[in-house]
Amino acid sequence: MSPQTIEFIQQLINGLSQGAIYALIALGYTMVFGVLRFINFAHGDLYMIGGFAGWMLFAAPENEAKTGMWASLSRSFAAIPPGMPKVLLALALAMMFCAALGMLIEWLCYRPLRQRPRITVLITAIGVSLFLESFGQYIWGAAPKSFPTLIEDPAITIPETWGSISTLTVLTSQVIIFCTTLGLLALLTFIVLKTKIGMAMRALAFNQTACALMGVNVNLIIAFTFGLGSALAGAAGILTSIQQPSIDPLMGILPGLKAFVAAVLGGIGNLAGAVLGAFLLGVVETMVIGYVSPTYKDAVAFGVLIFILLLRPAGLLGKNVREKV
Amino acid sequence: MFERTKLILVACIAAFAALSPLIGGMNPYYFNILISVGISLILAVGLNLVNGYTGQFSLGHAGFMAVGAYLAAAMSLGILFPYLDPPQWAPTAEELAADPQATVAKWTYPFKALWLLFGWLINALFWCHNHIIPLGAALPGWGKFLFALFYGGAIAALAGLTVGVPSLRLKGDYLAIVTLGFNEIIRVVLQSADPVGASRGLPGIPLATNFFWTFTFAALAIYVVWNIVHSTYGRGFLAVRDDEIAAEAMGINTTKYKVLAFVIAAFFAGIAGGLYAHFFQYINPEGFNFMKSVDIVVMVILGGMGSMWGVCAAAVLLTILPEVLRKVAKIEALPEWAREIAENRMIIYSLILIILMLARPQGLFAGWVKKKTRPA
Amino acid sequence: MSAPLLDLDNITVQFGGLKAVADVSFSIGERELVGLIGPNGAGKTTIFNAITGVYRPTAGHVSFLGKKVGHHPPYIITARGIARTFQNIRLFASMTVFDNVRCACNMHLKHGISHALWRGTKVAAEEQRIERDVMELLEIFGLHEQRDENAKALPYGDQRRLEIVRALATKPKLLLLDEPAAGMNPTEKVELMKLIRFVQEKFALAVLLVEHDMKVVMGICERIVVLDYGLKIAEGTPGEIRANPKVIAAYLGKETAA
Ligand SMILES: Nc1ncnc2c1ncn2[C@@H]1O[C@H](COP(=O)(O)OP(=O)(O)O)[C@@H](O)[C@H]1O
Ligand SMILES: [Mg+2]
Repeated sequence: MSPQTIEFIQQLINGLSQGAIYALIALGYTMVFGVLRFINFAHGDLYMIGGFAGWMLFAAPENEAKTGMWASLSRSFAAIPPGMPKVLLALALAMMFCAALGMLIEWLCYRPLRQRPRITVLITAIGVSLFLESFGQYIWGAAPKSFPTLIEDPAITIPETWGSISTLTVLTSQVIIFCTTLGLLALLTFIVLKTKIGMAMRALAFNQTACALMGVNVNLIIAFTFGLGSALAGAAGILTSIQQPSIDPLMGILPGLKAFVAAVLGGIGNLAGAVLGAFLLGVVETMVIGYVSPTYKDAVAFGVLIFILLLRPAGLLGKNVREKV
Repeated sequence: MFERTKLILVACIAAFAALSPLIGGMNPYYFNILISVGISLILAVGLNLVNGYTGQFSLGHAGFMAVGAYLAAAMSLGILFPYLDPPQWAPTAEELAADPQATVAKWTYPFKALWLLFGWLINALFWCHNHIIPLGAALPGWGKFLFALFYGGAIAALAGLTVGVPSLRLKGDYLAIVTLGFNEIIRVVLQSADPVGASRGLPGIPLATNFFWTFTFAALAIYVVWNIVHSTYGRGFLAVRDDEIAAEAMGINTTKYKVLAFVIAAFFAGIAGGLYAHFFQYINPEGFNFMKSVDIVVMVILGGMGSMWGVCAAAVLLTILPEVLRKVAKIEALPEWAREIAENRMIIYSLILIILMLARPQGLFAGWVKKKTRPA
Repeated sequence: MSAPLLDLDNITVQFGGLKAVADVSFSIGERELVGLIGPNGAGKTTIFNAITGVYRPTAGHVSFLGKKVGHHPPYIITARGIARTFQNIRLFASMTVFDNVRCACNMHLKHGISHALWRGTKVAAEEQRIERDVMELLEIFGLHEQRDENAKALPYGDQRRLEIVRALATKPKLLLLDEPAAGMNPTEKVELMKLIRFVQEKFALAVLLVEHDMKVVMGICERIVVLDYGLKIAEGTPGEIRANPKVIAAYLGKETAA
């Protein structure tokens, strides 16, 4: 294979692992949009909270001097040797924490506003987002924190017998990110398609009034949707931190916006679309970084957003809906 | 009635002129706050036309301010823009000398063709800029400053047009994010634009903004926006906000109104940016990021979207608030946590937003001044 | 017969698999008052939307004043002289009664944005003229005393009448009224119909009226078009419609069921 092709494959791999992170966040946007028709601006910050939940639980050096239950818990978690079990434990804990927080936010801030104009809910969501960011800065400080090592992250060596591909660099973390994402996607697909609560979610996305009339507990389903979406965002927070072990309270803003773009790209409200859009965006973004200039990294997503909204506002897999007059 | 608004405007400007020498000798710290208040007024009143009266949720107002600030500064400093090179279709002589087999990859041609298309457009804009600069430089004294301000405003308005047109099909949340995206794109472009200092920022802008000009432009912004929304012509903005389908059915070109709102707001944001640049004498792309846009949006929401005096009050309040909080953070008697919160004003802003939306979504000040309904 | 004012030529409007309107053709002459009736869901509102450009017909076309309306946006169609009211009232909720009507005068302004910005002398004269026109219209419908009230604070019947006033302020040649008497009691209905007749004559309008009350429709319309399931099943004078067996079967049969 020519060096160009290898280079291209390398970018593709980096893009897919970035896309996996976006996919996990984008699913939350799209699920919430499906049931509530609004964009949860604060969703990107739950990804940040996921990272910090992991940090709080596993960063023993920071808690060394402290006493109390939390510190000792954290110390015993930190004592676990790096490896896959530790990653899974961190994922599970962060997902639970984020799910609880997501449901709490829904209950406190969004539920009272359900019958209000969408703009009111949008502003509230912006407020929640700003609150999580600034409150994070207040308790954790604005400076980046180094994330504890959950697993060693060596490049995976590709056997010489595979020929020139062996010059590719594939990180362990990339494989973990990719596989975990696929696993979570499979789980989500199962929940949405095969369980009763998933069916209720889909029904709710279709017609809320009819759902309520048929005896579906709308509040419960909406809370569950928030929990599910937030859990996925939390998982994304942990997975990113494995690869880039530096977290800060504002780290959710850009991935959040980009995941939103991914959701719109795929067709907001459409789960498969969100995943497709996320992988596309991840790949395009790394290609731009690799082939054009890293400066434009953050502008790519917005460029994509503007294009897609101009050419196909319903997204790649979305359907156009007309307002009934 | 119709004469009265004009009369008030003239009286205000005269008062500013009279006050100007008095205020010039003020404590620089308070003078700083005063000018910031004037700039916030212009920004908030302009954004209120888009977010309040027209009901479009723009979250990228700082982007237009950046355009105005940078172009006004470029005018004052006489910065010319170097033209972009056309794309390279074939290897250069040097490359061929190094490697006779050198080629330019064919697959890049379509991208280069696309680049060429925009390249021309950008170069044409640069050409205009480079030819307008000497015109401004030739003007004496205040003329040069005003020319720079209006130039910044005009280009910001042009940016408003470019943002407004594609954003028209979008509503609510989508529009918010697209405008935010434009804001980020403008920031990223400025961060890599070498002639204006890239991410280092642009220092050395001459000091020209004073009390008189800042508040004259604030008064003008209020006057213009007030006049528009109270005229039959401008009721179209409110009609777009209330019900787009009904507005279209009443012969109102909703597209035109939305773009117009963007353009007018962007113009004033550009002026505000120019005033800012010529007061603080240094601008940096980070100063016009998304958080700055949020600041302005919070003013409009707190004041009550579509309430002129409410928004003005909120603009004044929120510009002073950080300074007050800074003072509060220094009070020794307060507990540590309270002082830290006071230092982090965003916690307070965000809580205000959430509580306001839950308890009083029409804004803090809306409805305090009884709405006038009769036309002129 | 001279060229009709409005002509629908084989209009079809489809929503996904549903043909809300299928191959409907009819025309309206100048100063004619035509009724459009049919059971709920027959496609009457959809026809209004197709005429005013809110929806684009899937097939067929609408001509107005001998010219095809094509795919113009609604505001241009309104500017050509078609005004409408909405079945589900769509007043401008944040505005007063007066301002609601004033908005509809927007289209006829002779000055542009620059004058509005500076309040030139032109503006003052024009604002006065508009105020006169608006008040005159409001008086016809007895709404002049509520001019400064919020439009959404009006009683339901007044809101419906305000919608008509607002539509009239665009100075149309053809007025489309979508169930203007819905929710009114019989006396109010009769009053409203008289008023509609009155403005139709005063402003030389053609009117297309959707109304469920058969007695009312038969009483004031010169001609009636009947729709059912998106199809035109009959057209004719009130007498002919009353005797049409298809109409009796489709319409009356449904009405008892509904
Ligand atoms: N925007 C739309 N999307 C899907 N179906 C629609 C839409 N508008 C109308 N319909 C359907 O078209 C049919 C005709 O509706 P409509 O014209 O409102 O009937 P009418 O006004 O005669 O009661 C109904 O079955 C309605 O559900
Ligand atoms: Mg109808």
